[in-house]
Amino acid sequence: MQPVNEMKLEFLSKSSNESFARVAAAAFASQLDPTIEEISDIKTAVSEAVTNAIIHGYENKYGFVKMNCRLYADSIEIEIIDEGKGIEDINLARQPLYTSRPEMDRLGMGFTVMESFMDRVDVFSEPGKGTTVLLYKSFKSLGNTTV
Amino acid sequence: MHIKFTNKGTTLIISISGELDHHSAEHLRQKIDAEMVKATTRNVIFDFSKVSFMDSSGVGVIIGRYRNIQNLNGKMAVVNVDSRIGRIFEMSGLLNLLPVYDNIDDALKNLGA
Repeated sequence: MQPVNEMKLEFLSKSSNESFARVAAAAFASQLDPTIEEISDIKTAVSEAVTNAIIHGYENKYGFVKMNCRLYADSIEIEIIDEGKGIEDINLARQPLYTSRPEMDRLGMGFTVMESFMDRVDVFSEPGKGTTVLLYKSFKSLGNTTV
Repeated sequence: MHIKFTNKGTTLIISISGELDHHSAEHLRQKIDAEMVKATTRNVIFDFSKVSFMDSSGVGVIIGRYRNIQNLNGKMAVVNVDSRIGRIFEMSGLLNLLPVYDNIDDALKNLGA
């Protein structure tokens, strides 16, 4: 299935860009005219994934985070990509309350929150080769409307 | 994000406005820790009525402060939590740790302040 629209964004791994990424994804998704709730869901999930890229992927050091969004008739796919540390054990990382950085007040709920607010979350990663998080949400509010 | 501190006896009311994410959580943490050193605080109430966005980083800050309060034998509560923030609190187990009230007065009464 081909997307009806696509955008690619790249930004520095600074925490001040977490808000920017949320708003950019939300603005792009708005084209489909989803509900405010659905937009908030996307903002929350994007915030978690981008925060992970900054804190864990790049360990708060210099790097670029990429966000690619693909819009379909009534759904969105968002890829958040870093070329940082990578995850050794993805299943462990996705476990609720697991965090590799407890000393930083990190809860270990990032993936759980993403899974709660999106329909599907896929994680691709290899140590030393970076991480890609793929978030997918279908907008139930839209039914089969196409513009 | 803005923070307003109000003291009611030994209870510190922390009113947060704006977005509570990883970026603002660090700032919040530092401000709270500095404020608590100043006063004779034992209990803390977090007022979420003006929080426009929160992700799990926000919960991390709350739980971190909860541990500090426990060390002082104090109590903590959160108030004015909307359903989205409540959902994130529930997922993280925060609701098993501390009470949620509908408003500050209820919280003050129940905290014994």
